[in-house]
This record gives sequence, C-alpha cells and structure tokens, in this order.
Amino acid sequence: MDSPIHRLDPRAKFILTLGFFAASLMFTNLYALVIIFLAEIPGILLARTVSRWLRSMRGGLFLGFFIFVMNVIFGTPLASSLAFTARFFAIMSAFSFFFMTTSADDLGLALEQIHVPYSISFTFTTAVRLVPTMAIDAQTVVDAQRSRGLELDKGNFIKRIRNYIPILIPLIISAIRRSVELAEALESRAFGATENRTAIVTLKMRPADYLVIFATFAGVALAVYVYWFVKLPTLVIPIEIPRFF
Amino acid sequence: MISVENVTFHYPGGAQVLDEVNLQIKDGEFVAIMGENGAGKTTLVKMFNGLLKPTEGKISVDDVDTREKSVAQLSRDVGLIFQNPDHQLFAETVTEELSFSLRNFGFKEDVVQRRVTSLMNTLDLDRYSNSSPFVLSGGERKRVALAAILAWDPKHVIMDEPTIGQDYLQKDRLRNFIVQLLSQRKTIVIVTHDVEFVAECKPRIVLLSHGRIIGDGTSAKVLTDPALVEKASLVMPQISSLMGTLQDLTPPSDIIDAYSAREFLSTKLKHVVGRKTSQGS
Repeated sequence: MDSPIHRLDPRAKFILTLGFFAASLMFTNLYALVIIFLAEIPGILLARTVSRWLRSMRGGLFLGFFIFVMNVIFGTPLASSLAFTARFFAIMSAFSFFFMTTSADDLGLALEQIHVPYSISFTFTTAVRLVPTMAIDAQTVVDAQRSRGLELDKGNFIKRIRNYIPILIPLIISAIRRSVELAEALESRAFGATENRTAIVTLKMRPADYLVIFATFAGVALAVYVYWFVKLPTLVIPIEIPRFF
Repeated sequence: MISVENVTFHYPGGAQVLDEVNLQIKDGEFVAIMGENGAGKTTLVKMFNGLLKPTEGKISVDDVDTREKSVAQLSRDVGLIFQNPDHQLFAETVTEELSFSLRNFGFKEDVVQRRVTSLMNTLDLDRYSNSSPFVLSGGERKRVALAAILAWDPKHVIMDEPTIGQDYLQKDRLRNFIVQLLSQRKTIVIVTHDVEFVAECKPRIVLLSHGRIIGDGTSAKVLTDPALVEKASLVMPQISSLMGTLQDLTPPSDIIDAYSAREFLSTKLKHVVGRKTSQGS
C-alpha cells in the first residue's frame, strides 16, 4: 500500500498519533471527543485504509460497549459514559491509523534512530510483526473449540465472557511457546553479538513531515486553549440510571 | 455418508482454494486426502463440520446440508481433530479436557465420567488423568486431543495431519487405533502427506492438486502411478521404489507395503532356492 500518509516519516506519524492521544485524554466532553475522532478521519481517507480501519473499529465494539456498561454500572452519568466510550474509540482509531500506515521495518528504524536500545526496538517490531500470525492462530483456536461444541454467542453476558476462556488459554500458551522458540532461534543466530549496529537505510525528515509535526503541535495547542478558555456545551441526557453500587 | 457436490470455495478476498470438487465418502470408509501444500485439503475437511461453507455447490453429511446446521450440531456427528493439539488444549487436567466437549453437547455427568475413564484407558492416558495437558510430550498431547474428540463418539472422524510429530511407535499405535475405529463402522478421513503411513494403512486415496481432485482410488493404484504422484508433489512409497528396481523378478506394480513385499519376495526366493537345490542334486 502506498499513499502520501504511508510515505510520511514514522516519527512524524507517531507524533501525530501522540497528539490525538493527548487531546483525547485532555477532554471528558462528548462533543470534543467526537470532534477529535472525526478529525482523524481525513488522514484515514488519505491513507486509503478505510476498510481496514472499519474492521478494527468493529473489533473494538465489544470493548467499547464494555467500557460504557461498566461506567453506567458504577454510577457514571450517561453522558460521561458515552464520552469515555468515545475517548476509547478516538485513541483506538489514532493508533490503528499509525499501525495501518507504518510498516514494522519503518517502525524499527524510527525506534533505533531515536536511540531506543536495539533489543527493545526489536522486541517491539517483532510483536507488531506477529500480530497477523496471532490472528491466524486465534481463528484456528476458535475453529478447534467450535468443533468441540463450544458456542461463543450462547448464554448470558457472564457465560459469553466465560466462553472465551477455552480460546484465550491456548492462544496465550502458544504465544509463550512461540516466544521461547523465537528467543532460542535468535540466540542460536548470535543475536546481540554486535553492540554497535549500523543501518543501510536511514530515515530522513522531509518538508511534509515537518508540516505534520507543526500541525500536530498547533492542534494540541488549540486543544489546550479550548480546554482552558472555551466553555463547551455539555450533553444532558434526562434518563436516571439506578445505581448498582 | 459425506457427499461433496460441485464444491467451489474461495476465502473472502482471497484466491480460489477448491474448484468443482465432487466426492462421496461412504459410512465406515477409510479415506486419505493427500496433495501438495495449499492444495485445499484442510479447507475441504473444515467444510465437513460446517466451519467453512462452500462458495458454490453443496456438502451434505448423512443427507443434511451443512449450510442448514450450526457447527455445534454438525460436530455431534463429525469429529474434527486439528493438526496442532496446542490449538485446542486449555483445561487444568486431562480429565477436564476430555469432559469439556461432552458437557458442551449436554451429556449427563455420569455419562461424562464413564466415557472419560473408558477413553483414557483405551488411549493409555489414565496415568495422566490429573496432570495438566501442557506438561505432556507432543505425542501425548496429540493423544489427548484425539481422545477429546472421540469422547462424544462421533460417527465420522476427521484427522488433520495425525502423524506429524509422532514417532514410529506412536504411528503404529495410531494405525491400530484407526483399525479399531473402522471395526466400529466409523468413517475415518485423514489429511496427510505421510506416504509411508498411508502405504501401511492402505485407505482409499483422494489426491488434490490446486483445488481439484486429480486422483481417486485404492492406495496401490494411486501411489504407484508416477504421473499422479509427481503432480501431487508426493513421492512413491519406498517399497514401491525398491520393487521398481527389481525388474528381473517381475514384481507386480501395486506393491506398496512391507507385508506384500515380503509375501512376494518369499515366494520368489523359495522358487530360486528350489531351482538351485534341484540343479545341485
């Protein structure tokens, strides 16, 4: 996949993502969080990753719903519960945008160039690389357990959560087994033998990257200004939710 | 009976995996599905219990269209044993692991206990009943996975690569166990690359290549056809290759296992020894 967003320096994209992250944490106002969420969409359109982004949003629906329900159960007002859910989607969307438009290699290079120790940057990029493999494993585990009569969408809310135990345990065990095997394979291939690594490719910031960084700082400054000096309208939902706790 | 009629399948957004596949597997039959990597073998068997539905065509199990039933309903009759046991083991003990599916299918607790105990004895797992499945060896984990499926006594048993990671003794045990299951009139379908195992078991072979069936027949017929074997990226059994080098003895072309080879050679050697003896006298 190639697009102007994909060609941006990963450091610039990471600063942009952190900008959205910081702005999302700053506000508890639903309108502000929806605006932050909507502000992420032009970048996603420009990167031509709408279908993948929609898939990741759909994947987050369950957790988003969980956040909303838990907030309501623990007595958070309805509007704030909605705002926290919107914050979750804004943060998730920002990071999805970053990972969908940045290859693991670029990410590794960026981490190395900001002097993150190689063992840490390698661990991080390997984890990112293994996500598709884990997704395939997860599907196989789901298939295997469904073949044993497990029905994931059967039962009440608690039962449905419990239904995921036979999925999660094999997945965690196989991830641990894989990581041990990977560590042994790496050590067998002299991982870490050279302390001062050199790289064939080095990242260079271009004007477009500086523009993105400038826009991010401007956006965060605007968010700070709005937070301190602008009175945002608040959503009032005239529904009384009984307190459970 | 498992019936596959004009089945075509492609994964969403992916390439076509199966192309106009037609296949009938009778009750109590033993079938090995073989072929190169990516030929569509696992995809085909995943359709037998409804994990995948055909893009075109129809698959029916005992006259029931797999589109009309859930995976749980179909699995009651079609037990699918996955290649990697680590993809299904999760319980704290082997006993719990074997009980899991029985409870999912709603068996009563006394039936669960009885079946689990009996199966652990049959598969020599009783000494591990209270052990965690994760501390067992690869072969033992594979046996637990097999037992976990056989626990609910499915009519059709599908095994995906059952011999991978198994030593010769375990393969021999597996072969004997398959014979035992066949004697109970169960349909056995294995997906495998293991030519030697197949040559010893002698099932009907269905050869797949690039999503199409390129060969279907007895093991002796399919595994001794050089063109078919090459097309499916397999090799002939070692015994067949050996027989091919003994052309002076004019061996029949369908010898694929050690037992038949011994029979043939002992007859020939008796003949040669008899001729030498008569020449000497």
